This record gives sequence, structure tokens and C-alpha cells, in this order.
Amino acid sequence: MDVVNTRWRFFRYASPAAFYPLAGRLVPWFAAVAAVLALAGLYLGMLRAPTDATQGDAYRIIFIHVPAAWMSMVLYVVMAFWAAIGWAFNARLASVVARAIAPTGAMFTFLALWTGALWGKPTWGTWWVWDARLTSELILLFLYGGYLALVSAIDDVRRADRAGALLAIVGSVNVPIIYFSVIWWNTLHQGASVSVAAAPKMAAIMLQSMLLMTLSFWAYAFAVVFVRARAIALERDNRSAWAAEAVGRARTRTQTQTQARTQTGAGT
Amino acid sequence: MNWNSASEFFAMGGYGAYVWGAYVVTAACMAIEPVTVALRHRRARRALRGERAER
Repeated sequence: MDVVNTRWRFFRYASPAAFYPLAGRLVPWFAAVAAVLALAGLYLGMLRAPTDATQGDAYRIIFIHVPAAWMSMVLYVVMAFWAAIGWAFNARLASVVARAIAPTGAMFTFLALWTGALWGKPTWGTWWVWDARLTSELILLFLYGGYLALVSAIDDVRRADRAGALLAIVGSVNVPIIYFSVIWWNTLHQGASVSVAAAPKMAAIMLQSMLLMTLSFWAYAFAVVFVRARAIALERDNRSAWAAEAVGRARTRTQTQTQARTQTGAGT
Repeated sequence: MNWNSASEFFAMGGYGAYVWGAYVVTAACMAIEPVTVALRHRRARRALRGERAER
């Protein structure tokens, strides 16, 4: 009895009918948390944190560059994970979530490259170098692009999910390459900014700002991905009862049926 | 507070173009994406209700 109950609870939100309203309730909270944390992080990073001794104020790009780069990698791993679950267990909602993550992950990858270029120019003297960190991050952008192109090119939705899952899983080998590139190769890009094993290499206020911005980006990603997943779930299940109920069409449909029956009755 | 005046803040010690170039593009992306997903969600709901979908 207990086991059945636990299983039921565990799989409950694997159903779009249960996920749709839950995600809808969570979105405003994630959005609010993202906004508050961003304001706090920007206040500390842009107004309070002192100017860096060697890099001047150009270093302030770190407060968006590092969070964007972290999100680009984390979102890829999460996307590949849900894509794999969707494939292995034929779980439709997992595939929906994977597809909902891809555009946001691609956006953060672009932002990591963009802010990196604008930071590289004043500190390294170049917008771009073909070093291991930059090149592997660019490959990540191509992987997101390849995933999005592949799933949109296949008409059969579940077939597209499976093809996309294969690409996402194979491509996930790139994520540890990005992460360890600064150790494995002699890169122009500096080493990890934050490590669990070592004391922070930057001032506390800078670290606090960067972590606040990272949490803000996390909350933002949850909000945006949930809205997109809800939209995709509705688009896919557009003939199902739960979707009709979710958009408040249930009553109208029963009314239509009653009207139709009355009209048939009147006709005979 | 690290700055003495607003102009000093916007100048970013001479790196204004780089710093604001990074921040403005990031802010624009993170402002536009929520709007596009909200519109997609609205289109999906309207299509379900049988209303004429906008585009």
C-alpha cells in the first residue's frame, strides 16, 4: 500500500495534466525570485564592489559572464538527462521538458560567448582566440543549434524526440571538456573562478554578487522553461480532455454537446 | 558605494563600452525570451479554445 502510494506520488507529475497547473503556479514565484536576486546581485556587483586592481572595471562583466557560462553547461546536462528519460521510459513530458530547455540553454551559451568576447578585448587584447575553453563553448552552441534543428526537421513528434535525445546524449561528452579545458590544456582563458576544494580567489563581495546572479539565472531558467513546457504540452495534446480543461474549455464543450443534442431532438 | 557620480558609474573606468555592451545584450535577451514564451503559450491556449490564432 505504502509502495503503491509512493510510486503514485513519484509519477504523478510525469503526467502533463498534473504538471501543467503545478508549473503554472510556480512560474510567478520563480520570476519574482529571479528579479529580487538579480537586483541584489547587481547592487553588490555594480555599485558596491570595488574596482579591480589589475583589470579595472572591465572585470564587472564577470557577474553575468560566469553565471551565463554555468547555466549553458548545466542546462545542457539537464536537457540531455530529460531527453534520455523521455527516450528510455517513453515518458512524453520528459521529452517536452528537454525541448523546452534547449532554446534557453542556447541563449545562455550565446551570452557566455558574447560577454566573454567583450571581456576578452580589454583584458587579452582580442575578441576571440581558438583556445580550448572558447572553442568547446562554441561547440556547445552548435550542439544546441543542432538539437533544435534536428527536432524541428522531423515531423513525427516522438521520432523527433528520440533523434534529439540521441544527439543530446552523445553531445554531453562536450560538457566535461568545457569544464576541464582550462586544466587539460594551456588556455588563454583563466582557471575556474570558484572551486569547492579551495578558498575563494576573489573578494567576498564579488563572490556574493556572482552567486546571487547565478541563483537569479537559475530561477529565470525555471520560469521560462516551465512556461515553454506548458505551451509545448498544450500544442502536443491539443485534442486531449486535460488540455481543454486546462484552458477552461470544458464547460463550453459540454454546452455545445447539449446544444447539439437539443437541436437533434428538435429536428426529429 | 564605489562611485562618486553617475557619470563615473557609466564610464566604468574607461571600459563603459565593453561592460555596458555585455550588460545591455544580456538584459535584452532575458527581457525578450520571457515575452516570446508567453506569446507562444497564449497562442497555444487560443488555438485550443478554438479562437482565431494570431499568426
